[in-house]
Amino acid sequence: MMTDGMDQVRSLAEQKYKYGFITDIEADVAPKGLSEDTIRFISAKKNEPEWLLEWRLRAYRLWLNQVEPRWAKIHHAPIDYQDSYYYSAPKTKDGPKSMDEVDPKLLETYEKLGVPLHERAILAGVAVDAVFDSVSVATTYKGKLEELGIIFMSMSEAVTKHPDLVRRYLGSVVPYSDNYFATLNSAVFTDGSFVYVPPGVHCPMELSTYFRINAANTGQFERTLIIADKGAYVSYLEGCTAPMRDENQLHAAVVELVALDEAQIKYSTVQNWYPGDENGKGGIYNFVTKRGACRGRASRISWTQVETGSAITWKYPSCILQGDDSVGEFYSVAITNNYQQADTGTKMIHIGRNTRSQIISKGISAGHADNTYRGLVRVLPKAEGARNHTQCDSLLIGNHCGAHTAPYIESRNPSARIEHEATTSKISEDQLFYARQRGMSSEEAVSLIVNGFCRDVLQHLPMEFAVEAQKLVGISLEGSVG
Amino acid sequence: MPMATNNEAPLLEIRNLRAKVEGREILKGIDLTIPAGEVHAVMGPNGSGKSTLSYVLAGRDGYEITDGTVLYRGRDLLALKPEERACDGIFLAFQYPVEIPGVTGFNFLKTAVNSVRRHRGESELDAMQFLKLVRKKAADLGVGEEMLKRAVNSGFSGGEKKRYEALQMALLEPRLMILDETDSGLDIDALKVVAEGVTRMRSPERGMLVITHYQRILDYILPDRVHVLAHGQIAQSGGPELAHELERTGYAQYAGQAA
Amino acid sequence: MIPEPAERVAARTFPVAELRRRLAARPEADWLRNLRGSALASVEAKGLPTRRDEAWKYTDVGALGVAAYGAAEAPVGTPPAIKSLTETLQLVLVNGFLVTPGPEVLPAGVSISRLDASISAELVQARLGGVLSPEGKPFVALNTASFAEGVVVRIAAGTDVETPIELISLGLPGGEPVAFHPRCLVVVEAGATATLIERHCGKGRYFSNGVVEVALADHATLRHYTLQDEAADAVHVGTLGIALGKESRYEGVVVHVGARLARHEVHAGIDGDRASFSLDGAYLGSAQQHIDNTTWVTHRAVGGNSRQVFKGVLDEQAKGIFQGKVLVERDAQKTDAHQLSKALLLSDRAEMDGKPELEIYADDVKCGHGCTVGDIDEKALFYLRARGIDEETARALLIEAFLAEVMEQIAVGPVREAFAAVVGQRLGGAHLIRRTDDHW
Repeated sequence: MMTDGMDQVRSLAEQKYKYGFITDIEADVAPKGLSEDTIRFISAKKNEPEWLLEWRLRAYRLWLNQVEPRWAKIHHAPIDYQDSYYYSAPKTKDGPKSMDEVDPKLLETYEKLGVPLHERAILAGVAVDAVFDSVSVATTYKGKLEELGIIFMSMSEAVTKHPDLVRRYLGSVVPYSDNYFATLNSAVFTDGSFVYVPPGVHCPMELSTYFRINAANTGQFERTLIIADKGAYVSYLEGCTAPMRDENQLHAAVVELVALDEAQIKYSTVQNWYPGDENGKGGIYNFVTKRGACRGRASRISWTQVETGSAITWKYPSCILQGDDSVGEFYSVAITNNYQQADTGTKMIHIGRNTRSQIISKGISAGHADNTYRGLVRVLPKAEGARNHTQCDSLLIGNHCGAHTAPYIESRNPSARIEHEATTSKISEDQLFYARQRGMSSEEAVSLIVNGFCRDVLQHLPMEFAVEAQKLVGISLEGSVG
Repeated sequence: MPMATNNEAPLLEIRNLRAKVEGREILKGIDLTIPAGEVHAVMGPNGSGKSTLSYVLAGRDGYEITDGTVLYRGRDLLALKPEERACDGIFLAFQYPVEIPGVTGFNFLKTAVNSVRRHRGESELDAMQFLKLVRKKAADLGVGEEMLKRAVNSGFSGGEKKRYEALQMALLEPRLMILDETDSGLDIDALKVVAEGVTRMRSPERGMLVITHYQRILDYILPDRVHVLAHGQIAQSGGPELAHELERTGYAQYAGQAA
Repeated sequence: MIPEPAERVAARTFPVAELRRRLAARPEADWLRNLRGSALASVEAKGLPTRRDEAWKYTDVGALGVAAYGAAEAPVGTPPAIKSLTETLQLVLVNGFLVTPGPEVLPAGVSISRLDASISAELVQARLGGVLSPEGKPFVALNTASFAEGVVVRIAAGTDVETPIELISLGLPGGEPVAFHPRCLVVVEAGATATLIERHCGKGRYFSNGVVEVALADHATLRHYTLQDEAADAVHVGTLGIALGKESRYEGVVVHVGARLARHEVHAGIDGDRASFSLDGAYLGSAQQHIDNTTWVTHRAVGGNSRQVFKGVLDEQAKGIFQGKVLVERDAQKTDAHQLSKALLLSDRAEMDGKPELEIYADDVKCGHGCTVGDIDEKALFYLRARGIDEETARALLIEAFLAEVMEQIAVGPVREAFAAVVGQRLGGAHLIRRTDDHW
């Protein structure tokens, strides 16, 4: 009996991906394909120290013997790793010294994406690092952050300017041997953001990276490392878009977070990579490894993600709760429509005493999409008094999609308390009719109801992102009901 | 866009309306005319088709119209989508308002009010303007600020839900108000508050269809005409005295009149 | 990938050659020989599962060393007399051989036959292996290829059988450890109602690998109560398959207190519209017991209802596992499926692993699961002690209360009491009493 109203929403399907344009810019690219030469090329381009090149090569040699993981509930044609470019950088002479040297075409691109890079135009309180294909093109607000001793720069720059910090922490949370995609990233990562917040410093503004895949046949392999020293606080935002292209592009990023005693890191993502067209053609393959280590006592790491894009999403932002009294949080909204596939969730590893974790996952599946929550809560024997609460809710829209929940719960401490709850529901016709009786169109009603469904998660996003995320929730589902 | 209307035409004119639900005929030829400015009560026993009538007028899916016409201000109402009817001024106060988890009342009401305003060619209200408006109307109906922050109808008591319906009615300023068993689940104090709210809305341009099993609500919302609905048809029509008569005699007299 | 050591591979390999030889020596009907042959072939290449198989992630069967158990021989002498839980139609299998085939005179509508070489009834041919295909289920395949004897119970259409059928499987190895594979097929025809009690017990070292297939026709009802009380040294693998016809009902309760390693695997298919499936489980583990409950419930039809509640109490170094998957297929609209797993850990070295899974392809459904692991509620404990109850008694009371929700699902009074008595015996105080083998 899903008739009139639902059909109407379907008719709105033709809304195109808003960020699908291509910037015509000259690029410096590595030869196609993957080999030790490619890795040497990347490393040389970045004037990297020998140890880092060696690290990359170790990863590459290991990767050659690894196989792609198969356990996720995703299906895709084999990825031809030789049919991709592993380095593509907008051509500049020596890299921009200041914002004024950044190619105006690039600045224009980010304006179009709603990410203004000119400091004077930036929303107060958000410092932005923009990564275009493989390299960071601009980091704003550097001056102000430097005064506080906060380091916020591209990974390439950090390798040169703060080699000790990079060497100490790179790979310390996600080792190069971690998994197929993380190992690949370790071998070929091109850029990303680096953040260090010194002891006791509360970073006064949101730090933000905007990732953009532009070039064709290009993989993006950024690597982000954030360290919050004792008592420090930082909130970090990440946004992603890509042009509409028929072929699938690979994105295999690694993010490592380290929180020392009483430090807090809030990491928020709005992932809106190109999801492919309504027939499932094209789109980004998003294989991402994100992990945070709560190393210090009473440290806290909080992941918030809104995943609306990508043809395939494979990511499990996790927390290793090592320090006593540390806290891990994971708040996720994953929306899949058309032929998108998402297999996402988290791992909370309780090692220290009185560690706590909270998981709220909202999966919305529409069209022919599959949406899986996969999560692990593991309590080790020493984790006295550990607590976990997990809430997983799925919403199905239409009868050709799937919503799945696969939690793994492992407890080895009697004083630990683990609670997991999951529900599945649909948007009821009563709710739709009620909203329409009050004058709302069907798509307004769907967007309103879905946003209500996601509210527990969206409220954890910083203000600047929350509004964007709410709109995105509505747009992602357009054409989904029928 | 507001539709072209015929101001000479009655507010609502139902002719020989027949409707099926899941293949079963519930409405079996309803005739009913409500001129602007009047309040009509439709009374009837359980299962007589009262709620079906309200849903058909509001345009709910799942009701198959097999015959008849409904003209609203001279135009074919049945051709419109639910939201178009709502924007054109038809308001249904639900018997059982549905819970919408996570959606705050404030957000819901603002979206609804702005949808209707847009349709009328009026400017949308920003958050501040809306807050001012809603606070005033809410105070009249005893709807607390706290209730507006909660999710729509979620965890509301029966009385709270009905007051919330009355608040929406006041905010959306409809022309034809359909009250579906508004008195059910209300204690006498809550009923008074809601009825006063509804009565405040009475005006020469507005009409009202009060659907009820019991006469009680009609002590507070005085009807101009009373109709008895039995077996999917209007079995009898009369003045306000008919309601009192029914209160005395019950619906038993209509039991045998199967159509 | 790291290659597996040769001895591990050997440990998890079926004794295929031995099984083939035995098969060839059996004078069996062609259909049965074929069934056994294809079961054997279906896993010959793969062997027993490893922890890399998702369904066996938490239970390492390589450690069982199945090949080390000899095949059980038919027992000689008088079959042991076993006390019935209540007035029942009692059947006893010893080491997989049917030694007590039930009373001579059966209630009207009940037929019980020995499942052995002589059987060739159409019903059995059509049903055996039809509810539980050996494909992808190595232990079902092993049972299918190896079972010596079994039982076929058939309840005729429209019959309401009041007296429960009590199926007892005893493991009584003489000297060397033995493996046996009891097999049972229960067919409840249209509109019929029956109660099945299943008890597993024994002495010494043995490997019991039972398979029970239940076919419920339209409007049929089966109440099924299982007590797994195997010997402390036993390995118990039990696989239960249930096919539910239209508006049929299955009400099952399984209680585990025995075995060194127990794996209870349930495959239920909601094949007919508006069928109702409920399964409750209680398990007590102590010492180094490993108790694994794994369930798959597949909703294929409209308006089905499934509920599962599993509750475990784990002491000392016991390990509990609950894996439950509910799959709702595209056409199974209006499904209502719920699953709950709760475990109490009583010791620092006990462990619980849970994996409740939902896989849903229909949109108009109500599905949910819950999973909790924790300790006895300190507040409740304190409350009881403040009323003068000593700590040990208080703990036992709270544990019994925790398990009561499951035990109460047993609708037959004497059976409920008998099962509760076995559970109560293990709950002698704050700690679970180590089991003894002779209480039956």
